[in-house]
Amino acid sequence: MFIINCPYCGERDQTEFSCGGEAHIERPKQPTELSDDQWAEYLFMRKNIKGVQFERWNHIHGCRKWFNVVRDTSNDKIHAVYKMGERPPVK
Amino acid sequence: MSNNLRINKNNFIDQTVRISFKFNGKKLFGYKGDTLASALLANNIHLVGRSFKYHRPRGIMTCGSEEPNAIVQVGKDPALTDPNVRATEIELYEGLEAFSQNCWPSVNFDIGGINNFLSPLLPAGFYYKTFMWPASFWEKYEFFIRHSAGLGKSPTEPDQDLYDHQFVHCDVLVIGGGISGILSAKLSAEKGLNTMLIDDKSYLGGSTIYQDDDIFKINNETSNVWLKNQIEKLKKIPNLKIKNRTSVAAFHGYNYLLARENLTDHLSINERKEKIRQRLLKIRAKKVVIATGAIERPLIFSNNDRPGIILSSSIKKYIDYYGVKTGENISLFTNNDSAYETAISLNKSGVKVKIIIDIRENPSSILSEKIEKTGIKILRGHTITNTDGYKRIKSIDVMKLSKDGENVVGNKTTYKCDCLGISGGWTPMVHLFTQSGGKLKFRNNDNVFIPDENKTPSEQISVGSSNGDFELDDVIINTVKNIKIFLGLDKNDYENLDIKCSKEKQKRNIWLLPSNKPISKSKPFLDFQNDSTAKDVKLALREGFKSIEHVKRYTTTGMGTDQGKLSNMHALGIIADTTGTNMGELGTTTFRPPYTPLTFGAIVGRNVGEFFDHTRRTAIHDWHVENKAEFENVGQWKRPWYFPKNGETMYQAVQRESKAARESAGILDASTLGKIDIQGEDASEFLNRVYTNAWSKLAIGKCRYGLMLNEDGMVYDDGVTTRLGENHYIMTTTTGGAANVLSKLEDYLQTEWPELNVYLTTVTDQYSTMSICGPNSKKIIKKIIPSLDLSDESFPHMSFKNSKIDNVNCRIMRISFTGEHSYEINVQSNYAKDVWEKCIEAGKEFNITPYGTETMHLLRAEKGFIITGQDTDGTLTPSDLQMDWIIGKKKYDFIGKRSLYRSDTIREDRKQLVGLLTDDPKEVLEEGAQLVESLEKPIDMLGHVTSSYFSPNLNKSIALAVVRSGKKLKGKKLIVPMENKNINVTITDTVFYDKENKRLNA
Ligand SMILES: [Zn+2]
Repeated sequence: MFIINCPYCGERDQTEFSCGGEAHIERPKQPTELSDDQWAEYLFMRKNIKGVQFERWNHIHGCRKWFNVVRDTSNDKIHAVYKMGERPPVK
Repeated sequence: MSNNLRINKNNFIDQTVRISFKFNGKKLFGYKGDTLASALLANNIHLVGRSFKYHRPRGIMTCGSEEPNAIVQVGKDPALTDPNVRATEIELYEGLEAFSQNCWPSVNFDIGGINNFLSPLLPAGFYYKTFMWPASFWEKYEFFIRHSAGLGKSPTEPDQDLYDHQFVHCDVLVIGGGISGILSAKLSAEKGLNTMLIDDKSYLGGSTIYQDDDIFKINNETSNVWLKNQIEKLKKIPNLKIKNRTSVAAFHGYNYLLARENLTDHLSINERKEKIRQRLLKIRAKKVVIATGAIERPLIFSNNDRPGIILSSSIKKYIDYYGVKTGENISLFTNNDSAYETAISLNKSGVKVKIIIDIRENPSSILSEKIEKTGIKILRGHTITNTDGYKRIKSIDVMKLSKDGENVVGNKTTYKCDCLGISGGWTPMVHLFTQSGGKLKFRNNDNVFIPDENKTPSEQISVGSSNGDFELDDVIINTVKNIKIFLGLDKNDYENLDIKCSKEKQKRNIWLLPSNKPISKSKPFLDFQNDSTAKDVKLALREGFKSIEHVKRYTTTGMGTDQGKLSNMHALGIIADTTGTNMGELGTTTFRPPYTPLTFGAIVGRNVGEFFDHTRRTAIHDWHVENKAEFENVGQWKRPWYFPKNGETMYQAVQRESKAARESAGILDASTLGKIDIQGEDASEFLNRVYTNAWSKLAIGKCRYGLMLNEDGMVYDDGVTTRLGENHYIMTTTTGGAANVLSKLEDYLQTEWPELNVYLTTVTDQYSTMSICGPNSKKIIKKIIPSLDLSDESFPHMSFKNSKIDNVNCRIMRISFTGEHSYEINVQSNYAKDVWEKCIEAGKEFNITPYGTETMHLLRAEKGFIITGQDTDGTLTPSDLQMDWIIGKKKYDFIGKRSLYRSDTIREDRKQLVGLLTDDPKEVLEEGAQLVESLEKPIDMLGHVTSSYFSPNLNKSIALAVVRSGKKLKGKKLIVPMENKNINVTITDTVFYDKENKRLNA
C-alpha cells in the first residue's frame, strides 16, 4: 500500500485515492469523424505495462481532484505527480 | 508425575505461582512463564497430535512459531474456541483447556492411524489422483477421508471478543527483540529517533538471554548478563516503544506493515473481561530493521518424526529458559556446532547426554573440545539410519557415513534414548524481507538464502541471523556497523566491544541422509505437518514436475499452517541434488503474508455488526419505523420496502399499496435518489454533453428525463433534471448510482472539459423528497398549499415551482415515475418529517397510502419504465431498451454517442427489452428466469426476465425481459423452463398500463 503525494493536499495513504487508468489518452474532439477502429483504439486499448506508467488518479476521499502520477507498476515507486493539464515529466 | 522433569535453577519461570490447566480433559499443573508446550513436557507428555495424512503420532518438536506438530484447539466455548494454535506459543494461564486436533477418537487411539499402514497407497498427489477414480469408488472413501482430513474445528457462534485497529507512525521500526534487534533499537532510540521495537514473545532478548556459558562473553560478562543490562537501559529510553507478544504478519511496499498484538491471550479467563483481545497495528515506518532471527533445521532421515525428536536448540531452550528436561536419556544428532551448545546446557543441568552423532568428520571447535572433556561420546562422520518407538522414541540406529556421504558403511549400532535432539543448521527468517519485495541470494558454504544487499528495497535493512550472521561476534559487529550507516550515526559504544565466542570450523550438509534400506522402505519426513516425505518429492520429480512451485503443490510440502518454515529448504535441497541443479538457481517458493496465522477478528477489528458498513437513513426514517415499515437495503440506504397492515404478507401489502396509488393517492419517500446541484454559465452545454437528449432549449422551470451513457454506448444512469434558473439545474440520479455519477461528471469536467465553467455539488442529504401520486394528489397538494395554482396551464406535467409549506421553502416538481398525476416535494431535510406528516394528515380523507420500493417498482413496471441496474446491466444501449426517442439525433456529440453506431452496437440480434405476458395470467415469472424457444436439446438461451410482478391494476401477471432480437419478436411465443414446469409466455410491448398516458393529466 503506497503513499501518494496529492498535488493539492500532500502525502496521503493510497486508500484515499482511486486509480483512473492510463493517463494522456485524450477524448477525441470529433468522434463522429472516426472509423470504428479508431474509436475502438480510444475506447478500449490501454497499455497496462510492467514498468514506468503514466496514470490518472483521483483523490476521491479527499479533495476529489484528478491528477497524474508516474508510477513503476513493478514496485509501486512513484516518480512524479503533476496536475491535470501540466506537461508530463520526461521519462 | 512419575519423573521430576523440572529443574530448579532458572530465572524465567516463577515456580511460586502454580497454574492448573487441562489437556485432553486431564488436569495438569505448570508454572507462571510456561508455554503449554513447556508445561506438557514437564508433565512428560510428548505425544500431542496426529499427523495430517498418515495419522502418525507426533510430539512437540520446537519451541516457537515454526512448530509443525503441536497444534491444538484451545477452549470449548462454541463462540470462543480457537483452532490451530501452536502449543509452543500459548502462554499458560489458569483455566486453560486445550485439545489435540486431527485425531479421532483420541490421540492415544486414533482410527486414522490405519493410514500409516496404508501409506504405500497415499503417495504424493494422492488426493489429485483419487479424484480421477470412478465416482462410485470415490464415494466409499469420502466419509473416511472427510472424517480424517482437516485440522481444528472452527467456532460455530459469533466471536464475543473485542478486537481493535491502530495506526502507528514511527521513524524506525525494529522487528525482533533478539540481540541484534536490541542493539538496533537502542542505537536508533539513543539517536533521538521515534522507535518501535516489536517481538512476538512475552520477553526480550531472543536466545541470547538464556545463553549462560563462559564461552560466550561480551566485555567480560556472560552474554546473557550483558544483554540483560542492555535491555534494562533500553526500557528507560522515552522515545522507544516496546511491543511484546506482537507478531508482524505482513510487510508491504512503502514500509507499510501489519502486526498483530496479543493483549489478553495470556491472561486467565476472568482477567480478560471487557479487554481488547488483539490489536492490529497498521504501521508506517520511515525505516525498518528486520531482526527476525533464524530457525533451526531438522535433519531428514527415516522415521525422523517420532514424539521425542526435538530440534536441538529447542531442547536447549526448554532446559535453560523453562527449566524443563525433555527426557532423561537424550542423544543429539547434528551437522553443525549448535547441538554442542545444547549438550553443554543439558550437562550443566544434570541431564545425561549419551552420544552426539555428528555427520562431520572433524568438527573441532571450542565447543566440541569442551564437550569431550565432559566425557560425552561424539560419533563423527556417522548418521542415524532409523528410529524406533511408536508414541515416543525408544532407540536410534547409527551407522558410519561413506566419505562422499552418499551411503552408509559398516555395522549398525542401536542406542536407547527417550529424546533425540536434531540440528541441520540454520535458516534465516527472510519471509518479511521477501514480502517487501527484496530478493535473496544463495550462500553456498552453509546453504542459506540471505537478503541480497543490492536487491533490498530502500529504507530497510536486515541484521543478525536473519541476515545470515550466526556467530555472536559476527552478529554484533555487523549489526552495529550496518545500523550506523543505515541511520547515519556517529561513533558509538558498541563499536569496540570485547566479544568471546566459539567459531564453527567445519561444515557438512546432506539434505537427505543415506540409509541401509532403500528409500522405498523408509519414511524420511520433510513436512511434518502435511506429512510429505523425501520420497514424495522424488516421486514428483520422476513424474515430471520440475518447478519448485509445482513440486510444492503436488506433494503439499510447505502448504500447512506453518507454510513450510521447517521443510522448504530440505525440499529445495533434495530437488537440487536429484536434478543436479544449483540451489541458488532453483530459487525459493514465494513467502506470502501472513507470516503467522492471523485471526479474522484482528483483521476486521471493530468493523463488525452494525459497524461493518455505514447505514444511511432518510430524514423520514423514524416515521417509517413507527408505521411498521419493512426495510430494504439499497446500497447503504435503508429504504421502506412495504408497509404491512394487520399481518399482511409482502404480496398482500404490495397489492393493496399499488391499487391505492392508482385509485386515490399514494406517498413515497424518494429522498435516497441522488441529487446533484449544477451551476455555472456552461451548465446547459455540460448537460448536453452528458445526456443523450438536447438540453439547451429547456425553459427555466421545466423538467426533463435524461439518459446517461458510458463512453461505450451502454446505459449507465437515468433521472429527471430540472432547470431552476438560467445557469442552475438540479439533477436526480438513481439511488445506487449517485456517488458514481458525481465522480464520473467530475472526471469529465476536470480532465476532458476544463474549459467549461460548471460546479457540481451533491445535495442528496440536504434535500428530502416525497412523491405524492394518484388521481387525488392534486387535491392533497391544494390542501397543503392553497395559494399554489395547480392548473395544467400554470403547472403542467414536467414543470416545477418554488413554493412554501407554512414557512418552509420547497421545490415542487410535477413529475411521475408511476404514470399517475403526481408531485414531488423537495424540502430541506430537517423539515422533511414535519412536511411528510402534513401530507399524511391532509391525505387522510383520500386514504393516502404510504408505499415502499416494491410498490414503486411494480407501478413503474406497469408503465414499462426501466430501472437502471435491474432491467439494464451495462450491456444495453438506448436502442436495445426501445428508447431511440431519447437520442438527440441532431446533437454533434455526447458521452457514448460514437459507440451507438459501432458494428457491434448496431447488430440487430442484440438482446433487447420487451414485455412478457404469461399465457396463464395468474402465473408470475421469477426474475432471472431464462427464455427459450424450444425445449429440444441443445437448448438455445434467448434471454432472461429482468422484472416480474402480479399487477393488481391489470389483474394479471406482467414482466419485462431482455431477449435476443426481441424488438422483432412481438407476439412470439416463448417458454420459461422451470425446475418443475414450463411456463408459456408471449412477447409484448413494454407498456402494459395506460398506453396513451391519459392519467398523467387526470
Ligand atoms: Zn487531494
